[in-house]
Amino acid sequence: MSSAIPKPSLNPAYERVRRNPKFHELVRRRSRLALTLSAVVLVGYYSFMMVVAFAPGLLQKPLSDDSALSVGFPIGAAIIVLSWLLTGVYSHFANGAFQDLTDEITRETLQ
Amino acid sequence: MNARKILTPALSLAGAACLFALPALAAGGDLGAVDKQPVNLSAIGMFIAFVMMTLGITYWAASRTKSTSDFYTAGGGITGFQNGLAIAGDYMSAATLLGLSSLVFAKGYDGFVYTISFFVGWPIILFLLAERLRNLGHFTFADIASYRLDQGKIRTFAAIGSLTVVCFYLIVQMVGAGQLIKLLFGLDYNVAVIVVGVLMVVYVTFGGMIATTWVQIIKAVLLLGGGVVLTFLALSRFGFSLEAIAKSAIASHKDGVKIMGPGTLLADPVSAVSLSLGLLFGTAALPHIMMRFFTVPNAREARKSVFYASGFIGFFFLLVCILGMAAITIVGTDPQFFEGGKVGGKLIGGGNMPVMHLAKALGGDLFLGFLSAVAFATILAVVSGLALAGASAIAHDLYARVIRKGEATEREEMRVSKMASLVLGVLAVVLGIAFEKQNVAFLVGLTFGVAASVNFPVLILSMYWKGLTTRGALAGGIAGLISAVTMVVLSNAVWVVVLNNPAPIFPYEQPALFSMTLAFLVTIIVSKLDRSASARAERAAFDDQFVRSQTGIGAAAAAKH
Repeated sequence: MSSAIPKPSLNPAYERVRRNPKFHELVRRRSRLALTLSAVVLVGYYSFMMVVAFAPGLLQKPLSDDSALSVGFPIGAAIIVLSWLLTGVYSHFANGAFQDLTDEITRETLQ
Repeated sequence: MNARKILTPALSLAGAACLFALPALAAGGDLGAVDKQPVNLSAIGMFIAFVMMTLGITYWAASRTKSTSDFYTAGGGITGFQNGLAIAGDYMSAATLLGLSSLVFAKGYDGFVYTISFFVGWPIILFLLAERLRNLGHFTFADIASYRLDQGKIRTFAAIGSLTVVCFYLIVQMVGAGQLIKLLFGLDYNVAVIVVGVLMVVYVTFGGMIATTWVQIIKAVLLLGGGVVLTFLALSRFGFSLEAIAKSAIASHKDGVKIMGPGTLLADPVSAVSLSLGLLFGTAALPHIMMRFFTVPNAREARKSVFYASGFIGFFFLLVCILGMAAITIVGTDPQFFEGGKVGGKLIGGGNMPVMHLAKALGGDLFLGFLSAVAFATILAVVSGLALAGASAIAHDLYARVIRKGEATEREEMRVSKMASLVLGVLAVVLGIAFEKQNVAFLVGLTFGVAASVNFPVLILSMYWKGLTTRGALAGGIAGLISAVTMVVLSNAVWVVVLNNPAPIFPYEQPALFSMTLAFLVTIIVSKLDRSASARAERAAFDDQFVRSQTGIGAAAAAKH
């Protein structure tokens, strides 16, 4: 059981990781994905909230002339469903290609 | 009385604020004082069956809980799918089911907007936090905050932050539990609070994280199952057409076609933003939610957990909205659910009851009993997680790391953590009974305000910003704590409701927009001005921490069994 948290400066493995160009590639690509997806979710959600606050009439419109449901319902449901799908997109890449890269870095570092 | 407010046409943001914390808690201050109902035998029978099953699991878990790692994190042996269900269970509380559906029932589309706001935090938690939490954390969030900062000071501070959140939240849960159970089961308030306290202590002290997780998983499955069946029954009344539900709801609701669009609930953008920030980052920094990321073996499973969790939560939230819309017709036009049989008057049991009445209308007394039992189970599961998070802050952070400076044996630490959960259980019962007649809505704002303004800034900056120093973290944390508490005291929930002043000094219910911003600013400024030698060492240690947060190299390993 490794109950002691390793003192960072005592671990030379970290220095080796930093010298590995693959590590910088991993950080760059994964961070870009995470930030892009976060931006998509936040911009989408806060735009929606701004419409709710300032132009509620847009969401009140019926789906079609004889429809009881308003356009707001499918838009709202889409925000939930699409942001969930984006967690799938992130997990797919982070657990796929990026995880392989991480495993490679770990192997090269610890051998 | 907040529950009633939901039904009044002039629902103010003050009323909205109590709903703010609905997803993660069990109907806290929202129920208000409720009338005791006749004893519901089928509900009690099904609840006893649930308790028997969970006690069986606790017995099994006890035999597998040997080390501190088993106790705090189930030995890191929970899979991503299981953890996803457990996280979803933490988030889909009795209050989500009751509160969000009643909001849709009362306000139509506005309730849906709230539901969406409760959801969007999850993708962000995945993108920015989940894998780093797993890679850096071991047992508690203080492990991360104190990784390269002063162990004694930051760990103490983080543990106090966690304990504050845990205690406030426990009170809210206990009061909610007592009132909900009085209402649904017809049991005495004190009996309900003691039952919750005793079971919580049994689960946690004997079964640790393994039992706590499985209780949460079982409850999540029951709640999802119940929600699906109820939605199916509701849809079948309308020929499985959402269009028919909407048409009928417009005809039945006093606001008519207005319920199909945004109303007045979120008309003030500052409140809306503060509310969603508090919810988003407050949730991310709740100790019993963060703790769940340490129960999986690695970052890969941590990511999967959030993917599954947000899938279950999103699905459940959509069901809840359909239920609320269906209830507008089925419950809202049926005199048997209104006091004195007056349609449009006061709902029997209060404003949070539409979904329960819907269960009775569609599935009879037996289904109502089932749903009531699930609601009770939900509270039990959430308080167990809270007690465990509190116990780990006391035993792991304060006792083992700060007081004994890492010299305590595992056996000693385990003993302290079990004693801590017992003390927390007694405290929860005592406070639950003491606060029975109090309006606890302000504790909800406080819980999320403190989590977002004290725990969150130090957590995120320690992971993302090299310049963070011990002094900066302490100064910012204290600024966040003082400002969050002050703003809640000056807000409507305390200043007007508790202290009986005519108007609030702080006009918003959720302080996060202001207190969190202040905490970040103070932390950054003080860190930048910090020229001490220890600050230099702390900044230098960031690079190693960064490697570990990205790769998991050096992170606590998975279960041995």
